[in-house]
Amino acid sequence: MSPPEPSPVRVPGFATQVFQIAAKDLRIEWKSHEILLTMGYLAVVIVLAFAFAFVTVGGERLSPSVTSGILWVSVFFSGTVALSRTFDRERDGEAIRALLLTPIARSAIYLGKLIGVVVLMGIVEVVVVPLTAMFFSAELGQHLLWTALILGLGNLGYAAVGVVFSAALLRSKSRDVLLSALLFPLVLPVLIAGARATSILLDPKSPDLASAVFWTQFLGISGGIFVLLGLWAFEPVLSGD
Amino acid sequence: MSERFGAAVDTAVWQFRICRYHSSTMATEHAPARSSGLGLPWLAAVAVCILGFAYLPQMVVGAPIERTMGPVQKIFYYHVPCAWLLMMSTFVCAGGSIAFLFKGSQRGDRVARTSAELAVLFGICTLVTGPLWGRVAWGAYWVWDARLTSSLLLWLIMVAYVMARRFGGSASRKLAASLAIFAAADVPLVYLSVHIWKTIHPKTTVVPTLGRDMMGVFFTSLGLFTLLWVVLFVLRGHLEKARDDLDTLALDVEDHLEAWEKSAR
Repeated sequence: MSPPEPSPVRVPGFATQVFQIAAKDLRIEWKSHEILLTMGYLAVVIVLAFAFAFVTVGGERLSPSVTSGILWVSVFFSGTVALSRTFDRERDGEAIRALLLTPIARSAIYLGKLIGVVVLMGIVEVVVVPLTAMFFSAELGQHLLWTALILGLGNLGYAAVGVVFSAALLRSKSRDVLLSALLFPLVLPVLIAGARATSILLDPKSPDLASAVFWTQFLGISGGIFVLLGLWAFEPVLSGD
Repeated sequence: MSERFGAAVDTAVWQFRICRYHSSTMATEHAPARSSGLGLPWLAAVAVCILGFAYLPQMVVGAPIERTMGPVQKIFYYHVPCAWLLMMSTFVCAGGSIAFLFKGSQRGDRVARTSAELAVLFGICTLVTGPLWGRVAWGAYWVWDARLTSSLLLWLIMVAYVMARRFGGSASRKLAASLAIFAAADVPLVYLSVHIWKTIHPKTTVVPTLGRDMMGVFFTSLGLFTLLWVVLFVLRGHLEKARDDLDTLALDVEDHLEAWEKSAR
């Protein structure tokens, strides 16, 4: 009697793999709320710090470019928390080894992590954006969906670069310092385009919608380029030295 | 007494084995490329560089004075070559990084590291000479123009590259390589995004409109700076190669000594 055939491992499709990775990360986060709370707190504190630094006694409104700049800076700085923690968790108990041993495509890990970070940043923005609008009496309600689109594309471009670097820093000692030092210069195009687009939409008089369309497209294209480069570079980076 | 004698014999045997190891094993099996000293052509290139840079100020002084900008225009003979080398170094760095990241080429890694350091060096020259000229020509040290901003960003990324290599630990090589690849995509994006606002930097089309005397000085300077880059690149690459060889050698020695100790026991 021949031994029974080992049942073949059924590897799920690519989209399922991506979804599983993202769902795993979000599920872990849902149990502890660690990233959301620390990241949201940091974002609010940064907005407050700017509010105190630029405080005006008469309550006159700051120019839209300053308000949108404050919003984007707080999004960028708080984003590093999500980026560094999402791979820190894989270090606990060498979970990264298990992850790499599963028959999952490296690019699926990248996309799954990317989606997880983008979602977390989006949730934090749901709190920070209205708060910024309130503190600086900015007209955010005018183009709400458009602003959401710009923020979403900005998160995508930012996280696309960030996930590669936080994966590369997985085994490095001075992780946290290096992550922001390497990440911020690279994501400046996203910051420029995002802050320009938001400041145009915040302009209460007559927003120059054609420019806003241009900057939104710019965000989309640079986000796409960053995701492609990330997919390309992620595999060799993750495989270690 | 006999114990001491035994120890002395032991030491002598050790020394003999190490000597023999040095003379035979290393020379044949692991002969590293000769890394002491450069060949004659490179010494000649160094000499040309030294003489050239001693004479270049004479040429710049002798060049005609530009009509609208006056003598301050002469900084152009230093500024433009440095800016060109900053850009070239970045592309060399990205090329080397791609070779390292996807083919595992050690040479690519050395090339990338060397050119990143040169990018930082020539970037400093560019970013110091530019504002000096701008103060006179535009009335401000710095303006947020596309070319200035993208050069500054490029320089910052190259500084980040060098920092990552120095402080990043074991994973830093791949980290820095991906940084260089992203940098190559990043700079055009920043250039474009700032270009949407008005750009006031002189266009590259300035060069063909130069008078003949100016052209001569400019291209001499460009040639000299590029030669300097090549010389520094080769010297630094040499050093990095020697360092790599030394590391491999040290590991080999350790392996051999361990094996020898085991067999002696």
